[in-house]
Amino acid sequence: MIIIEEKDKFKKVSEILDKYEYKKSNLIAILQKTQAVYRYLPEEILIYIATTMNISPATVYGVATFYSQFSLNPKGKFEIKVCDGTACHVRGSEPVYNAIKNKVGLKDGKITTDDLRFSVETVSCLGACGLAPVVLINEKVYPQMTPEAISIIIDELKKEFPKEGE
Amino acid sequence: MSKKLTVDGREVSFTDERNLLEVIRKAGFDVPTLCYRSDLSIYGACRMCVVEIEGRGIQTSCTVPPEEGMKVTINTERTRRIRKVVIELLLKNHDRECTTCERSGSCDLQNLSNKLGVKQLRLGKREEFLPLDESNPSVVRDQNKCILCGACIRACKEIQGHGVLDFANRGSNTIVTPAFKKDLSQVDCIYCGQCVAHCPTAALRIKSDIDRTWKEIHNKDKVVVAQIAPAVRAAVAQKFNLDPQKTVQLIAAALRRIGFDKVFDTSFSADLTIMEEGTEFVTKFTEKKNLPLFTSCCPAWVRFAEQKYPQYLSHLSTCRSPQQMFGSVIKELLPKELGTTKENIVSVSIMPCTAKKAEAVRPEFQTNNIQDVDIVLTTQELIKMIEEAGIDFAHIEAEEFDSPFGLFSGAGVIFGASGGVAEAAVRTAYELITKKKLEKVTIKEARGINTLKEIILNIEGQEVKIAIVNTLIEAEKLIERLNKGEVYYDMVEVMACPGGCVGGAGQPQLRDCCSRSGIQDRADDLYEIDVALPIHKSHENEDIKKLYKEWLEKPNSHSAHKLLHTHYKNRKRINSEGLSFGKNSEHALMNIEICIGSCCYKNGSYKLMDKLNELIQKQNLQDKVNMTAVFCFENCSSGPNIKINGEFIEVKPENAEEIFNKYILAKVK
Repeated sequence: MIIIEEKDKFKKVSEILDKYEYKKSNLIAILQKTQAVYRYLPEEILIYIATTMNISPATVYGVATFYSQFSLNPKGKFEIKVCDGTACHVRGSEPVYNAIKNKVGLKDGKITTDDLRFSVETVSCLGACGLAPVVLINEKVYPQMTPEAISIIIDELKKEFPKEGE
Repeated sequence: MSKKLTVDGREVSFTDERNLLEVIRKAGFDVPTLCYRSDLSIYGACRMCVVEIEGRGIQTSCTVPPEEGMKVTINTERTRRIRKVVIELLLKNHDRECTTCERSGSCDLQNLSNKLGVKQLRLGKREEFLPLDESNPSVVRDQNKCILCGACIRACKEIQGHGVLDFANRGSNTIVTPAFKKDLSQVDCIYCGQCVAHCPTAALRIKSDIDRTWKEIHNKDKVVVAQIAPAVRAAVAQKFNLDPQKTVQLIAAALRRIGFDKVFDTSFSADLTIMEEGTEFVTKFTEKKNLPLFTSCCPAWVRFAEQKYPQYLSHLSTCRSPQQMFGSVIKELLPKELGTTKENIVSVSIMPCTAKKAEAVRPEFQTNNIQDVDIVLTTQELIKMIEEAGIDFAHIEAEEFDSPFGLFSGAGVIFGASGGVAEAAVRTAYELITKKKLEKVTIKEARGINTLKEIILNIEGQEVKIAIVNTLIEAEKLIERLNKGEVYYDMVEVMACPGGCVGGAGQPQLRDCCSRSGIQDRADDLYEIDVALPIHKSHENEDIKKLYKEWLEKPNSHSAHKLLHTHYKNRKRINSEGLSFGKNSEHALMNIEICIGSCCYKNGSYKLMDKLNELIQKQNLQDKVNMTAVFCFENCSSGPNIKINGEFIEVKPENAEEIFNKYILAKVK
């Protein structure tokens, strides 16, 4: 079965490459735009980018793994970023982070749930220290979080995309 | 004009050296380095070459350009402490099983640790041990020994224009790896081994075949036969400080003492290569067909061409390399001479090259699962075997090679140097074309360490243009110029390693790793041997004449083609599944694969994919058809390529609908 959406995504990558004129110096921008399309950087797409730009795939892989903004694994529907900057850390970001991981069922350093609903990561500073501890879910900011509060929020999110049997 | 600076209080003059480090070394001082390689770009990672410069403090001498009046001190309390701490930190992460390490004795890290007097390690041992990557026939990758100097990455990019390896991740997680942490055998490695030659430790090392060789030697039922490549003698002579001509006879003697039953010189089959390739060239040149003729002696270049330049595969000489020619002669003709069977013969070749190991296992060079060349040893492995056998190499008595393939010409010997094949070919081709004797056999333009050389000959009023390149980055540049029509050549000799086979990665490391002058010394040795030999032209070799008379009839004959020629095919650069557009259903009736590799992409495969997709939707066949985009079908000359249910179909975006109706719609409905 051919899913049109997948095909269109690939078309977008080709357009991005065209727009940035296959220039080596534009590689990071190309990767950023590509990640915006796929929400991560699939291996096959990176090979495609390397081949058409005439750069070695090893180098493209190197750039993609150097910056933490790039992900080579699929991200969940909800990308949860827990700020662990100094201010947030002092005001209890760690219990919040642990509560989220427990709630969505993430163990052993995994960052994305198997059902691809949630990805959970810590970030160094979101620049909202006055609202510490801060959690960012996709583009929305949740200020002054506690383990209890985040638990309720996650329950709400789960309702938005229910798993079978939930 | 010469300028001056002072090193440790002594005045030193300099001109255009690329960094302070070179000035210091030229003046006879030593500064330790790990990441610095004189033939590669400057990286400044290891911090071993630190010096103190008056007014500027501690600086890495490799990254500082020399300036007039600089006052440099190499050894101060601070620089010595910095170097020792760097070594200590590197050793913390390094797998320190030195006693059993392949590079023990030739490891830069081990040597520097000894030299700098690092006696105490305060930081403990490496805790995590990563598995070895032994998937590649030539190179073993051991991340536990990597010091992240990046020399391999630079060698692959700057010498071969390739970039198989690169850094990945960041900070303490940094590693050197092929793309997507794939094995070295799953990416476009051409097995040249220049990464190994530039590695200061054993993080990249040659895959050893010593034990396999001993096993065959100890097997009393087997006839173990050796052939030695021309370039090997020059490196062994350099290593033991001996006369190169005598060295080759010492190698023959040492091999017999090790237990080899027959010992031959690959220079013989180099002569054979010239007979075949020279004849092939004369034919193509007269017909003006598929020119330039590219040489095919270098397996790294052959693989590179198969991956990157499928359009030139018809220009690649069909001649097997001298190793493989001798391989098939040994397996097919020697049993008849010796009265034994093919299965009883073990053919071992001793090469300056790591890619030869991969060449020997190519399926084209096997008959009924028996490889023509069973084992390939590098020069380094030969030296190790001589040591393991306890042979006092310099003092044994010299011996001759075995007959019936024992004679060789100077033309065969110079194969080991870049330009040697072209020069040898000209010596024979000239006489083949003109039927006149060539008096002056030396072709100066073909010699020397330059990566690009040109010969323009005038043979009876006809101009013959030959290009000689070494390093594949230079070959790539040349092919680009050929593509643009900026240059014309009748013949192109390509060798992947700097300076040709004498600079091969299987050779012992030079003092300054891969210095060009050290490689040139080896080439000069080969040219000296050529002068000393009684014959200089391949077609005057009596054993070659006899071989044709008794077995092969004449060059390029049917039997010569069967034994001495081969064919090439386009190869994938990277193992990948291809892009699937949606869920591939097992119940689909049709599988369409579309190539989106660079050639097909340029020829409109994307448009074609769009068109097919549109047609599939129009007919509502999404559930019955799977569509995948793949990188390269190895059929680049006629893109865009598609496969329908595994079968190649020629399609252009213009006739897509017609093909769709005929091959897909008709069958699905």
